[in-house]
Amino acid sequence: MDNFDIVIIGGGPAGMAAAITAHQEGIENLLIIERDDSLGGILRQCIHNGFGLHKFKEELTGPEYALKYEKKVKELNIPYILNTMVTDISEDKTITATSSERGIFQIKAKSIILAMGCRERAKGALNIAGSRPAGIYSAGTAQKFVNMKGYLPGKDIVILGSGDIGLIMARRMTLEGAKVHAVCEIMPYSGGLARNIQQCLKDFDIPLKLSHTVIEIHGKERVEGVTIAKVDEKRNPIPETKEYIPCDTLLLSVGLIPENELSKGAGIKLSNATSGAVVDQKRQTSVEGIFACGNVLHVHDLVDYVSDEGEIAGKSAAEYVLNSKTRNESLIKIETDGKIRYTVPQYITEKENTKIYFRVDNIYNNKKIILRSNSNIKTFKKQKLLPGEMETITVPLEFLDAESIYIGLEDL
Amino acid sequence: MKIEMTCIICPVGCNLEIETENKKIIKIKGNTCPRGEKYAQTEITNPVRTLTTTIRCSNGEILPVRTDNPIPKELIFKCMDIINNVVCILPISAGDIIIENILNTGSNIIASKEME
Ligand SMILES: Cc1cc2nc3c(=O)[nH]c(=O)nc-3n(C[C@H](O)[C@H](O)[C@H](O)COP(=O)(O)OP(=O)(O)OC[C@H]3O[C@@H](n4cnc5c(N)ncnc54)[C@H](O)[C@@H]3O)c2cc1C
Ligand code: SF4
Repeated sequence: MDNFDIVIIGGGPAGMAAAITAHQEGIENLLIIERDDSLGGILRQCIHNGFGLHKFKEELTGPEYALKYEKKVKELNIPYILNTMVTDISEDKTITATSSERGIFQIKAKSIILAMGCRERAKGALNIAGSRPAGIYSAGTAQKFVNMKGYLPGKDIVILGSGDIGLIMARRMTLEGAKVHAVCEIMPYSGGLARNIQQCLKDFDIPLKLSHTVIEIHGKERVEGVTIAKVDEKRNPIPETKEYIPCDTLLLSVGLIPENELSKGAGIKLSNATSGAVVDQKRQTSVEGIFACGNVLHVHDLVDYVSDEGEIAGKSAAEYVLNSKTRNESLIKIETDGKIRYTVPQYITEKENTKIYFRVDNIYNNKKIILRSNSNIKTFKKQKLLPGEMETITVPLEFLDAESIYIGLEDL
Repeated sequence: MKIEMTCIICPVGCNLEIETENKKIIKIKGNTCPRGEKYAQTEITNPVRTLTTTIRCSNGEILPVRTDNPIPKELIFKCMDIINNVVCILPISAGDIIIENILNTGSNIIASKEME
């Protein structure tokens, strides 16, 4: 069996950043395993601009952002294998993978970095009446068709869900000659960025129907139309508001979830709030020596933060291998009020500079974020907090002389 | 005249409240950085957008491309027509110009990926 110091599973922006940093920290016996035929991850199909504003101070497209990292991986001669899917990892860090070239094979690692990204929520999870004719796609699948295969999945489109991928696809399909009749969002607000509502919907006069959902899909072989309706505060459809829209395609943009089947196999503890692993500030999971970063850990809206997280995981894994460092078991718990849906990391194991990423559960105006530990208090004013946007705060070192720290929201 | 708009220059997406006289801004509220005002002025006089799309290549593959500078918003669909009637000859590197000075906008259509 081949032995590696670090094996990185997934060659998207998280995996590439982790590999580059681990290499820079002195690890040369490492390997990236990617199931696709090229590095880059989901960025390969995100051809729009808006990536890299934080990290490179310029607006790049997804492929351009990925290329910067791919070039670096090649420049440093970091080994990677493509068309290879990891099917199992065990607690003792044996990795089972399969490729058409090598069949099923196993390798062993001192440390593993999980960077498998996320997948879209399945349509089966939705409860819409009607059969399931052809013409129903997830927004990400449609994105792959249009941007990588050059094939438009339909001409008359309705989109359910107003997350960024849905908004981006509304514009993309309009540019290619399709008519997007409506974007329906069950919540009273959009989960997408304000700039995307402007440049993807308003620019093209595409109606955004807030507090609306699709209640029925019509058509036998192919989608012929959908019935939409307004919903009340409890998200129940109001029958009098039913409206039929003829269309041949329904795109679902109803959210992403971390892809954690492998993590479960290794006995890694997962968080209910993020669907990703529970980690400390080093991005170390509950299994010593296994780290996680990027969308497999929690769904990010900015790839820049994904790369930052990859760097943290890469550095930590290198440290673990080089110093045979065992985990410090004295934990500082991070506690939150209900308004903060989750934090990453969930706990801190060492007194070091720590940036905490978190999301709120609703829209809040004019609040202050309170950070408290023992008698230390720090507040950060916030005009607006949105569930769709990740927030960050940096914890001052003196706050870490405690058993727990608390983060909450209060009125200004 | 009073106008409200979303600044699209960065992901913050500030909501701008603007007062104008003869298409000149006399008052602006809501921008958290100076780029917001610049955006608002352009948006009032000549709105521009970066266009990202794909071009078919000689080997049938699909190449992602973009404008290197924003183009007037009203020319977006005209540009799409031109781009969709061009076939790109490979190999190509990221940043290579594929269509020069499209519709006399001073903006080029450039590749955003390498392809062999
Ligand atoms: C459809 C879609 C569209 C998106 N659009 C945007 C956008 O427009 N803007 C934005 O900022 N963010 C977008 N995101 C979020 C974006 O994914 C992240 O910003 C970023 O790309 C995440 O990087 P990552 O490396 O964590 O995951 P990914 O980019 O998803 O990379 C994960 C990689 O792991 C590989 N992999 C997974 N499982 C295995 C396995 N078992 N064995 C081997 N390899 C494996 C995958 O093939 C993939 O290459 C989108 C996400 C999705 C799903
Ligand atoms: S005003 Fe500045 S901070 Fe606000 S969206 Fe525009 S560029 Fe971003």
